[in-house]
Amino acid sequence: MIDGAETTQGGDLLVLAVLLPVAGIIFSFVLGGRYAERVSICLAPLGLVLACAVAAAVAHAGKPLAYAIGGLPPPLGIALRADGISATMLVAVAIIVSAAFLYARAKFDTPERIKETRSALTFWILLQAVWAGLTIIVLGGDLFSLYVALEVMTFAAVPLVCIDGRPETLVAALRYLLFALVGSICYLLGVALFYGSYGTLDIALLAQKAGPNLVVWVAASLMTAGLLAKTALFPLHLWLPPAHANAPAAASAVLSGLVVKGSFFLTLRIWFFILPTLPAVGPSTVLGLLGSAAILVGSALALRQPRLKLLIAYSTVAQIGYLFLVFPLATGAHVWSTIGWSAGVMQVLAHAFAKAAMFFSAGLLAESLGHDQIGRLKGAARALPLTFVTLGLGGLSLMGLPPSGGFSAKWLMLRASVASGQWIWSAPVLVGGLLAAGYVYRILTPALGDGEITLKSPPQRGREVIALALVLIALALGFMPPGFFDFIEIGRPLAAGRPA
Amino acid sequence: MTPAVLAALVGAALVGLGLYGLIVHPHPLRKLLAFNLVGSGAFLVFGMVARRGAAAGLAFDPVPQAMVITGIVVAFAASALAVALVLRLFATSGRVDLDPRVWTRPDDDSSTS
Repeated sequence: MIDGAETTQGGDLLVLAVLLPVAGIIFSFVLGGRYAERVSICLAPLGLVLACAVAAAVAHAGKPLAYAIGGLPPPLGIALRADGISATMLVAVAIIVSAAFLYARAKFDTPERIKETRSALTFWILLQAVWAGLTIIVLGGDLFSLYVALEVMTFAAVPLVCIDGRPETLVAALRYLLFALVGSICYLLGVALFYGSYGTLDIALLAQKAGPNLVVWVAASLMTAGLLAKTALFPLHLWLPPAHANAPAAASAVLSGLVVKGSFFLTLRIWFFILPTLPAVGPSTVLGLLGSAAILVGSALALRQPRLKLLIAYSTVAQIGYLFLVFPLATGAHVWSTIGWSAGVMQVLAHAFAKAAMFFSAGLLAESLGHDQIGRLKGAARALPLTFVTLGLGGLSLMGLPPSGGFSAKWLMLRASVASGQWIWSAPVLVGGLLAAGYVYRILTPALGDGEITLKSPPQRGREVIALALVLIALALGFMPPGFFDFIEIGRPLAAGRPA
Repeated sequence: MTPAVLAALVGAALVGLGLYGLIVHPHPLRKLLAFNLVGSGAFLVFGMVARRGAAAGLAFDPVPQAMVITGIVVAFAASALAVALVLRLFATSGRVDLDPRVWTRPDDDSSTS
């Protein structure tokens, strides 16, 4: 009997979590026009409740939930699974998507008296599709379903970039699509090799069968390379800044905070769930080096950007680099690898919330000032105090100053690198923090200085509060109780190396 | 050399040619065609490699064929999306160029929202 192959108690929740956003897409299509917004806004809180229910069920059971679709357990059927990290991601996705729905109402609102627009309908449906794709990515238990989910997410994310139809946004979307397509084909080739060798694509079954041989190495490398293109790890980051900087702010927040994490999550699945026992010192060093290069290059480029949204997008390139330090710091069954794992998950969450809040604020700033040129921000903090509080607090988390989720993540990374004797990885963490301080001060210093600012439109309190709420979550992550770090270990193979 | 091995080698060659085209050609339509070449190669390799995965000892395994068909549908959708983007880009700006430097004006003063 294979663990996680049969439906467990509470497994039905996983089906509901997947069906909810998909049902939303279908209803939005059928009802059409102005109902897409209402469907989205109604389903988002339900999704959040479901995600919390899944997390509670995983915490209560102390082991992963599973659901065998159609009553057919793998290898014949397909399973949905939720372990500690997927339940955590599910909650984070539900919160940020709900916030994006609420935030987007001001721009893509469709009240009765106004004519329906195509871009509004498209926006609501695409954002729900991104939500659906992300949900399947965190819950899917089979490499091919994960491929399909990855494509659903990408095909929804690409048009979000160019929803306002300006030529430069179309170019950004096209570049994003081409990178993503190459990535998905590489991933698919890896899937073929796994299926050819082991006759199954189920993650739990592969974890039992796969050993260190040439085919597994080639398959894992192909899949990882493909996913790196989608995650925009240096040097495959070229598509990210124009795409994320040109999308509407609500979409940028989801793209930067969540969509790149979707493909990163699959990379974690491959190395920590399918191949945890592989002697992967070499590959994880390579990933760590690429991550370090991303931190340095991304931060340095962020220091030079003339526009706020581009600066935030380059900061995403840098923060993605931190994510990949989890590979050298958490591979293997050591006492310290638990610390590295906690650091990686914390970085995913802290960056998701802080970056979403910063993109929301940048969007509000651009709407109020009519531009987002950093050189013309003099005195803007007086006109838009709440927006700049959010930007500042988000920056706090990016720099890794306490108290914030970013501080916890970086502190845990430093502890893991010291405990494992891999001192070298503490260098990019520290230098990256300094550079992040540099680019955050570039925004705050002129804004807090003297200057006359004329606002095109008054600040919008409601939307400022949404951004502030997200950044407060990013700060609250710094106060997570130890129980949370036990929770994210649930279902991770090799988690036995925990200190007692 | 059995036909299966030959087909798989052809698939591998298609992937290689496609990747070359994807990197070398600057025009998005050519890149898209090259992507389709990579895709065809990958599907051929998938069909041939995964055929051996018949764990139950059957002569043929239908699962990889179902996966390849799904993959073809996905690749088709991707191509359609890319062509739509290229057409829209040409319609709005009159040219099709992926180089970002072409699109940045000297004093980029565009407001974004």
